[in-house]
Amino acid sequence: MSPAPERPGNDCDVAVIGGGVVGLSLAYGLAKTGLTVTILDEGDVAHRASRGNFGLVWVQGKGLDNPDYASWSLASARAWPVFADEIEAATETPLSYEQRGGLMASLTEQDLDARCNDLRRLHNRGRDCADFERLDAGGMKRLLPAIGPDVVGGTFCPHDGHVNALRLFNALHAAAASLGAIYRPNATVEAINCRLDGFSITGAAGEIRAGKVVLAAGLGNARLGPMVGIHAPVRPQRGQILVTEKLAHFLDYPLGTIRQTDEGGVMIGDSKEEVGFDNGTRHDVLAGIAANAIRIFPLLAQAQVVRSWGALRVMTPDGYPIYDRSVTHPGAYLVTCHSGVTLAAVHASHVAGMIASGDWLPDLTPFAAGRFADVPPPG
Amino acid sequence: MFRRLVEPAGHVTVTIDGRPFSVAAGETLSTAMLLAGFAGLRRSARLGRERGPFCGMGVCFDCLVTIDGAANRQACLVRVRDGMAVQTGTRLAALADTVPE
Amino acid sequence: MMPFDLVIVGAGPAGLRAAVEAAAGGLSVMLVDEGREPGGQIYRGSESGAFAGTAKLGPDYAAGAVLAAAFRASGVQALFGATVIQIEREADGSFCVSVATGHDKAVVIRAKVVIAATGAQERPFPIDGWTLPGVMTAGAAQTMLKADGVVPDGPVVLAGTGPLLYLLAAQYAALGVAIDTLLDTAAPGNWRRALRHVPGFLASRYAFKGLGLLCKALAATRIIRGVEAVAAIGDTRLSAVAYRKGATERTIPAHVLLLHHGVVPQINLTWSAGAQHRWNAARLAFEPVRDASGQTDVPGLFIAGDSGGIGGAQAAEAEGALAAFGVLRMLRGTAGDDDRTERQWRRRLAVSLRGRAFLDALYAPRQSHLSPPDDVIVCRCEEVTAGDIRKAVRRGAMGPNQVKAFTRAGMGPCQSRMCGLTTVAIIAAETGQSPSDIGHMRLRAPVKPVTVAQIASLSDTGERSAVD
Repeated sequence: MSPAPERPGNDCDVAVIGGGVVGLSLAYGLAKTGLTVTILDEGDVAHRASRGNFGLVWVQGKGLDNPDYASWSLASARAWPVFADEIEAATETPLSYEQRGGLMASLTEQDLDARCNDLRRLHNRGRDCADFERLDAGGMKRLLPAIGPDVVGGTFCPHDGHVNALRLFNALHAAAASLGAIYRPNATVEAINCRLDGFSITGAAGEIRAGKVVLAAGLGNARLGPMVGIHAPVRPQRGQILVTEKLAHFLDYPLGTIRQTDEGGVMIGDSKEEVGFDNGTRHDVLAGIAANAIRIFPLLAQAQVVRSWGALRVMTPDGYPIYDRSVTHPGAYLVTCHSGVTLAAVHASHVAGMIASGDWLPDLTPFAAGRFADVPPPG
Repeated sequence: MFRRLVEPAGHVTVTIDGRPFSVAAGETLSTAMLLAGFAGLRRSARLGRERGPFCGMGVCFDCLVTIDGAANRQACLVRVRDGMAVQTGTRLAALADTVPE
Repeated sequence: MMPFDLVIVGAGPAGLRAAVEAAAGGLSVMLVDEGREPGGQIYRGSESGAFAGTAKLGPDYAAGAVLAAAFRASGVQALFGATVIQIEREADGSFCVSVATGHDKAVVIRAKVVIAATGAQERPFPIDGWTLPGVMTAGAAQTMLKADGVVPDGPVVLAGTGPLLYLLAAQYAALGVAIDTLLDTAAPGNWRRALRHVPGFLASRYAFKGLGLLCKALAATRIIRGVEAVAAIGDTRLSAVAYRKGATERTIPAHVLLLHHGVVPQINLTWSAGAQHRWNAARLAFEPVRDASGQTDVPGLFIAGDSGGIGGAQAAEAEGALAAFGVLRMLRGTAGDDDRTERQWRRRLAVSLRGRAFLDALYAPRQSHLSPPDDVIVCRCEEVTAGDIRKAVRRGAMGPNQVKAFTRAGMGPCQSRMCGLTTVAIIAAETGQSPSDIGHMRLRAPVKPVTVAQIASLSDTGERSAVD
């Protein structure tokens, strides 16, 4: 009897579990090193932060209590221009990446003072971290002519930027595929087992044999991590977002909660809710988001909202990423974060490089999963 | 393109792109505009192509016009009022022009 | 801050009848509709349209005026010109219905129970050039006729399949409006597939009405059957219609092209409210799953009329009554004093649904028209072609949500009303999956675009008084 015909990708150097921006960035980076990569993804209705995210490449305010994270975010923001050029060249997909700096607007002096104190405290730790500038109302008006009279000032960070997040998602798919990575949708993983020469991954796609396995499954990592001896107690945190019809360009810089995409739509969103896996929308939360947006840009009052959604951030107990390699299952790695767009550049370069070579550099040791050893599993 | 079968009971005046038109009182705006000879009412956002009324019942969002300063309103769901000012040809609405004081 | 017993969305036959029966049963009822007066689409203009009070559009249309009068007499409160943004079910089982009521304004109406009667829309018929000004739907033309007494002038072509196409042709013929050509695109095999439904059809009122229609339309119109492809031609507006039938290709000058591909339920509201929907393979549409009273798997959310599955105006009215009785039973423990009334409505529903299966089979669109060629625009808002969607599917996007993320199809202001079913049909054709396994792209609030100001004004929750 002849063996069943092999599907492409059933045997690979690395299996990446997770087809979102995090998994695709890693898959692309791994494929670039010459390894054969198979991406195992869920079906059409999976919780997919990559389809709901805001599209910021952002460092302002990141890692206020964690200078390692602040430096890591800044490193990625710095690597982004090269990364963007590379992806655009490989796929001929314009990412509309812009890094002209980004702003946070304050509606009260207290808020502005507190924000500046936080940023200054971080800056004074002496590590390499983001610059920022305090702007008064006039300073804000110069950068953002449409700003409303309720805004007393804000902060500007030159490293901040934004990207067309859906085109990034699409282009990462194409870039990974162009390097030979195999994408397998509807391939929910049920078990990961060690073999002599790597891993046997079984589930909806049958058996995949891989030399190494990378867990980049977002919220799914809570379930998958223990299969390779890594405790990753991630939980969903909902953010609700409104997006308007396409409008004539009026916004030159992204704000942390409002940005205009290259296509003209304005995205508005800033909720952080602990509601489990409910990714619906609530009228009272949307009302608050909308009211705040109008205070910052009064002209938005007349814009038509065409969609709203709730997206689930992938949150760890301390809010920072997990990068770890398994001790019990050598060759297994886990990557989880809630800023997959900002960190895409370092994921595709540094992290993919470390996984490919097996040399775990000290950059990632602060983000080991061991810090959550005492945290019970979610649910 | 279109014609009336029933003579209207009364008329009102609306301004379309700065020109006054006498239209049937209470008529649907998109209908009034088709009768006035306007086929394309706006341009598509991405490619800038002409678009006009299509579904006539508020589901396709192709008959968008600026009504009394409010951009991208569905002409098929609005009735004409005397003195109404309508602007056609919008591709991407410029909010700055439409902020009411 | 007492909630209403019942909020009804939609003032067509289902919503109006539900309101009348619920009010008669003593419930406090609020009805919300986007239109300016009772009637919905089917009875549009019944009160104040160009043919209000006349029989010129036929006896079926005249029934709308009777129902609208009954509704006005019922004393039910109504918000016309109001757009529902979202329906949310609260932890206590009641509902928050967010409604845009006017410029910058929106309110949250609280209700113990909701009946959604949002009706039907025309199935998109995506052809080359269908975005040109001058190309409209047959439904749009009929609405212009009912509301404003306006008809096409100059060469007009009707194209597609479905009873409405012939109804419109017959109405035009009766009013002396000349149609240049009717291009019938139904598949030739439909007759054979429809045969087994003939007994039901012959027992239905459509048999008489349908034959009458056909005769009128046939006599006055050039009808070309078996048309395999239609294209709209023009630069900035329609100038001609091209069609192909077998080896014959012709171009007809036209100022107006009216497309029709049957009607399907409007599911944006019910889907976004969390109700389960199921693919109906005979009707080629997604429909909410309901019990005999129209209640969905979301307790307290009822659906009546065409938004639950196409049945026409008389079936919709019966379903409205039955939903109202279901609501009365849920809130009052009884469906009124007289069970016979409910039985009568149930009988009327059964009678009015007779013959539907025959019509569904007879007027089924061709597969090639559901999944059009590569260069045809499918998503009118984001200008995404069938080829763009196929390319995404071939790259591994197996479902409509991933296709949406890859192509932006369904992300514009119409919220996939114009491209949702076509996207599913293309994925089905490409992957061999059934639409039932593929599902529809997720539909979310706002159910229709509303301004940021309107959403901001939803913060005043619990204010029934805002609309009292």
